[in-house]
Amino acid sequence: MTVNQPASPVKIAKPRGIKPRTGIKGRVWKFGPDIDTDRIIPARYLNTSDPEELARHCMEDEDPSFSKSVKPGDIIVADKNFGCGSSREHAPIAIKASGVSCVIARSFARIFYRNSFNMGLPILECGDAVDSTDAGDILSVDIAKGEIRNVTRKKTYHARPVPQFMRELVETGGLMEWVRRKFPQAF
Amino acid sequence: MTITEKILARGAGLKEVLPGELINARVDIALGNDITAPIAISEFRRIGAKKVFDRRKVVLVPDHFTPNKDIKSATQCKVLREFAMEQKLTHYYEGGDVGVEHALLPEKGVVVPGDVVVGADSHTCTYGALGAFSTGVGSTDLAAAMITGELWFKVPESMKFVYYGRLNRWVSGKDLILYAIGDVGVDGALYRAMEFAGEAVRKLSMDSRLAMCNMAIEAGGKSGIIEPDAVTKEYVKRRAERPFRFYSSDPDAGYVEVREYDCRKIEPQVACPHLPENTRNVTDVGEVRIDQVVIGSCTNGRIEDLKVAAMVLKGKHVAPNLRLIIIPATPDIYREAMEKGYFDIFLKAGAVISPPTCGPCLGGHMGVLAPGERAVSTTNRNFVGRMGDVTSEVYLANPAVAAASAVKGRVAHPDEVCGL
Ligand code: SF4
Repeated sequence: MTVNQPASPVKIAKPRGIKPRTGIKGRVWKFGPDIDTDRIIPARYLNTSDPEELARHCMEDEDPSFSKSVKPGDIIVADKNFGCGSSREHAPIAIKASGVSCVIARSFARIFYRNSFNMGLPILECGDAVDSTDAGDILSVDIAKGEIRNVTRKKTYHARPVPQFMRELVETGGLMEWVRRKFPQAF
Repeated sequence: MTITEKILARGAGLKEVLPGELINARVDIALGNDITAPIAISEFRRIGAKKVFDRRKVVLVPDHFTPNKDIKSATQCKVLREFAMEQKLTHYYEGGDVGVEHALLPEKGVVVPGDVVVGADSHTCTYGALGAFSTGVGSTDLAAAMITGELWFKVPESMKFVYYGRLNRWVSGKDLILYAIGDVGVDGALYRAMEFAGEAVRKLSMDSRLAMCNMAIEAGGKSGIIEPDAVTKEYVKRRAERPFRFYSSDPDAGYVEVREYDCRKIEPQVACPHLPENTRNVTDVGEVRIDQVVIGSCTNGRIEDLKVAAMVLKGKHVAPNLRLIIIPATPDIYREAMEKGYFDIFLKAGAVISPPTCGPCLGGHMGVLAPGERAVSTTNRNFVGRMGDVTSEVYLANPAVAAASAVKGRVAHPDEVCGL
């Protein structure tokens, strides 16, 4: 895939030295299909964008125990269309701030997908992994390779590959870093 | 190419684009609201940006918790106001000027046909009704667009929805889109551009078209769009603040899927809890008692919606112990409804008339639901807890059904209240 550059002649610098996040390992929280952003972070808490506070209410309406018992590194595994509904970035922020290291789903709603890449929350699409993973399993994930290993069940799955440009976004450090490099005239 | 591909190609400065291709396109309007813009502004500042790319093209509308609900939301709005003043933005609205963003921008001619629009709000897809490519993005995207005036897009595949045949009485754009969402499901158009076409769509008013495109996201769509025509021209000619351009799909344009619907079979639709895809004919919903009715929002808070509500409510009163909240979506709609005498009808019917705001649509304020309460609402989402407590329920419907339900105290067909 190619990215055309109509408006600005500056070429995207090849990322140097920044390694993509690897070595994610954690316990699974399992959710069903069509988890919407109101369930990830209810609108009644949107009068703030403080990550800590959002994290305290993450998944509250779906599983009230989540925010209290989630551990750093834990992994969310969900069925299709995860993150549907509003465009609120508060959703991936709340998930990230609650310590979750990665979200794996059969599919993602598109704005959630975009937001996650733009802010560096690793996400992978993999139906097979969703089908054969239960809550409490331990997964280890290699984002760069798209490899998901279920340590509890000793099985390995391969996620749909992430387009090159979007990997570049993550490797550059997210969209803002990319903008900073590409539009030096704005600063 | 489809209309969507043509607009994106123009934005990217290319002759042609293909579905799946990643492009960078210029944006004509970048929009944020009181929930999403504060994050975008803080990103803008964090990386040390100094100026927005074009002060006429960055639009801020604090509409969600307006008039400010509490100290925190007031603080969020203050962030927007100070940024708007500092950057000398020409499109910043508050107080008596603010309305629900997706009703306000088309009305004011801020978005025009042929535009590429991004908004940090999922219902930015509304402007497809004008023949623009418009899509919801996140706050970080908004920050990038505010700085650079461009953004990355994956060119979506297009999916066509053709509506033919005459509309039944009380059926509006809202019912046509609910019907399609019921058909394809909440992810049935995931990542796709939904193009609405057919003779029935051609006959729809602009208000109805806006309601249709508004809910494209409820089927997972990246955008909704309707080819501009005489109705569009009539609507934009006295509003557009910039030159506009009509695009249309080529006869040989490629669609990933085409669905056809016979409107003669479409009755007023109700989406039952807790997903917009749980649609039924209003007559098949059964006896559902309700506590509240909301008529408003970026879906159905326009003048045509208030007109049909007034028609149903005229000379009637809402059921005992039922709260009817009517929210004209913009100050202009508010004034027009008042001048046309709708407010008299509403007040006599026992309604509360709210200033323009998103308010209860997202469970924010001005009509939040208690545990176990049920509402019929003309808004676009009925997710768990969307309008209040997690045990509350929302039934989505058009304004005629909502008004009739308010009179009956249960989900009702408008004919029950307003005989032929
Ligand atoms: S009216 Fe509702 S759906 Fe529309 S912008 Fe406001 S909160 Fe969002």
